Amino acid sequence: MRHLLSTRDLLRDDAIGLLDIAEDMSEVQNREVKKLPTLRGKTVVNLFFEDSTRTRTSFEVAAKRLSADVINFSAKGSSVSKGESLKDTAQTLAAMGADGVVIRHSASGAPQVLAQSGWIDAGVVNAGDGTHEHPTQALLDAFTMRRRIHGDAARGRDLDGVSVMIVGDVLHSRVARSNLWLLETLGAHVTFVAPATLVPVGASTWPADIRYDLDAALAEVQPDVMMMLRIQQERMNAAFFPTTREYSRQWGLDDERLLALRPDSIVMHPGPMNRGLEISSRAADSAQSTVIEQVANGVSIRMAVLYSLLSGDREARS
Amino acid sequence: MTTTLINGATLPDGTTTDLLIADGVIAERGAGLSAPAGARVVDAAGLVALPGLVDLHTHLREPGFEQSETVLSGTRAAAAGGFTAVFAMANTMPVSDTAGVVEQVQALGDAAGYATVRPIGAVTVGLGGERLSEIGAMANSRAGVRVFSDDGKCVHDSLLMRRALEYVKTFDGVVAQHAQDPRLTENAQMNEGALSSELGLKGWPAVAEESIIARDVLLAEHVGARLHICHLSTAGSVDVVRWAKARGIEVTAEVTPHHLLLTEELIRSYDARYKVNPPLRRDDDVRALREGLVDGTIDIVATDHAPHPEESKDCEWDHASFGMVGLESALSVVQAAMVDTGLFGWADVARVLSQTPAAIGRLGGHSHSFEVGASANLVFVDPASSSTFTVDRLAGKSHNSPYLGMTLPGSVRHTFHRGYPTVLDGSVLGASEVAAAAAAAGVARG
Ligand SMILES: [Zn+2]
Repeated sequence: MRHLLSTRDLLRDDAIGLLDIAEDMSEVQNREVKKLPTLRGKTVVNLFFEDSTRTRTSFEVAAKRLSADVINFSAKGSSVSKGESLKDTAQTLAAMGADGVVIRHSASGAPQVLAQSGWIDAGVVNAGDGTHEHPTQALLDAFTMRRRIHGDAARGRDLDGVSVMIVGDVLHSRVARSNLWLLETLGAHVTFVAPATLVPVGASTWPADIRYDLDAALAEVQPDVMMMLRIQQERMNAAFFPTTREYSRQWGLDDERLLALRPDSIVMHPGPMNRGLEISSRAADSAQSTVIEQVANGVSIRMAVLYSLLSGDREARS
Repeated sequence: MTTTLINGATLPDGTTTDLLIADGVIAERGAGLSAPAGARVVDAAGLVALPGLVDLHTHLREPGFEQSETVLSGTRAAAAGGFTAVFAMANTMPVSDTAGVVEQVQALGDAAGYATVRPIGAVTVGLGGERLSEIGAMANSRAGVRVFSDDGKCVHDSLLMRRALEYVKTFDGVVAQHAQDPRLTENAQMNEGALSSELGLKGWPAVAEESIIARDVLLAEHVGARLHICHLSTAGSVDVVRWAKARGIEVTAEVTPHHLLLTEELIRSYDARYKVNPPLRRDDDVRALREGLVDGTIDIVATDHAPHPEESKDCEWDHASFGMVGLESALSVVQAAMVDTGLFGWADVARVLSQTPAAIGRLGGHSHSFEVGASANLVFVDPASSSTFTVDRLAGKSHNSPYLGMTLPGSVRHTFHRGYPTVLDGSVLGASEVAAAAAAAGVARG
């Protein structure tokens, strides 16, 4: 792999390979000395045009555990926020000798533009672009599911037959998109549940069932995995739904719906959560919830991705 | 004055003839014409002769955006593409909403000489969509404006659109509407559908175009005015216009070359050269637009030539400007989409790229059917050639063409504007040579 731009283009074997490397990385994290020398001398730039302390920190920890040098290049307060172009920023980073660029951008496709531009010869990792994709989030979600379902026998396995229900703002969610493509590749079955205003136009052609009524869908599907998506308050102002109260009542994972889940179903949320809106505190803190595991697994997955892209001689592999 | 003998050109009806061009007009036509002393002789064997092309929708960018294009560079691009007249859109800076600005644009065109420049006047002051601009003053100015448009923006207010249609009728003008409901297309980036949802780009739904066209044809019917619809891009728009024409409404419609050939699939690359407004649509739309052009629902092809500097395209998709240059490639693209597919003969090409746009724009003395005495606006095309489209083919200031690297049929070999050449043997003539010829032609005529 030269870049990680989307899960849609990720082959099954490559995906499982990344999940397996992440298992190794996860073991390292349980050791007393958590550092590997693998990327010593390599420079990873966190290029964040959008604020996200969580994702940036996760990548930073991952890179440092692989002994890479990390430069955080955030848009806030830098020349980037003063209107410097992506091209100029990329050329600056190239001059600094960046081997890998982890990019978060509000414009969909910006990581792909960077990767195919010729402005910089670095491995590019998409850390979330607009409403397009967030591949490392989907990989860590799949890793989390695989562990919960297969435990110590997870290595080499896919998610064949696992049913995943993804609830909420599918329209604006890059997490939903990346999960859809990866879960499809790994053999899982996806159901989207959302008000019709938050279902993308044309989603009927996607490999997912689309439902509007959460209670009916829960009763019928009895999913292995419930994934709740973050609802942004500003969606209400744009008339996607009338009030947060109505949203919560219709599509929130409240205590009653938590009880309606199978006891072995797991509850996921990419964070940050709006407790009491799309998910109740009891659901978020229950034994079924993987919210904290997802954060830890995020570091393992990002170590696996950086390792796969940046270790060894890039030219020889590309 | 230049005199030129054209040998053995094939006319759009398939017949072959010689043409003698003298004093700015077609002086003689027929077989075996002999060249007067000192005449230039052009061998046109194998070349198709068309009346000079007329573009009803060109952005020349001057005044105000000279880093993208000027009247001089834009008309040079026009000549390279076989155009001898262009209608210059009003979204300049200052906006072409007064007699002063439109007269300035026209004067720049006259001086450059590459093509006849007919300014389009803004419908509303500053394209603001609130008050009618001085339509009468522009109509009665030396520029004699007949086409009015807020292109780039839609005249969205229903009452204002009604008044514009009525008022423009007073001057035998026409409103050219850029049909785009602004609320349905806020921050829109590409055609709305499964692909925009997958790519995470905000959708520009077909209904935002179709609903405005439906409203406007009914308004035009109600007030008995002429209406022209810019750049139709959807199958639904074709249906609405077809219905309106069947009802007897006086509506004309245009399609761009790019909407006849390209689809949204290209946007998977996030390459901003494919970012255009209205956006590239689906295969089904391309098919419907071609059918509409064949059955006359769509009257003309117009380029929507929209030059932008490199930095406006060499960036993230969301941040890139809308628009493509199109003058230099238009004829090749129409040949690829319509002629080589068997849908069109060359007489149809002459109709949609010259005769009908001239009629809609009330451009007198320009387009013709090769009759003796007609103004010698002519283009000669080699339809058998085929080549990779490169920046060498671009003669304007900007290079934002979606066709770079594509193989396209046909090439413009010679262009004559008012009897003097602007392109010979595929090369655009120099600015001073053309300006001198234009001045001489003006003196001879005046
Ligand atoms: Zn327009």
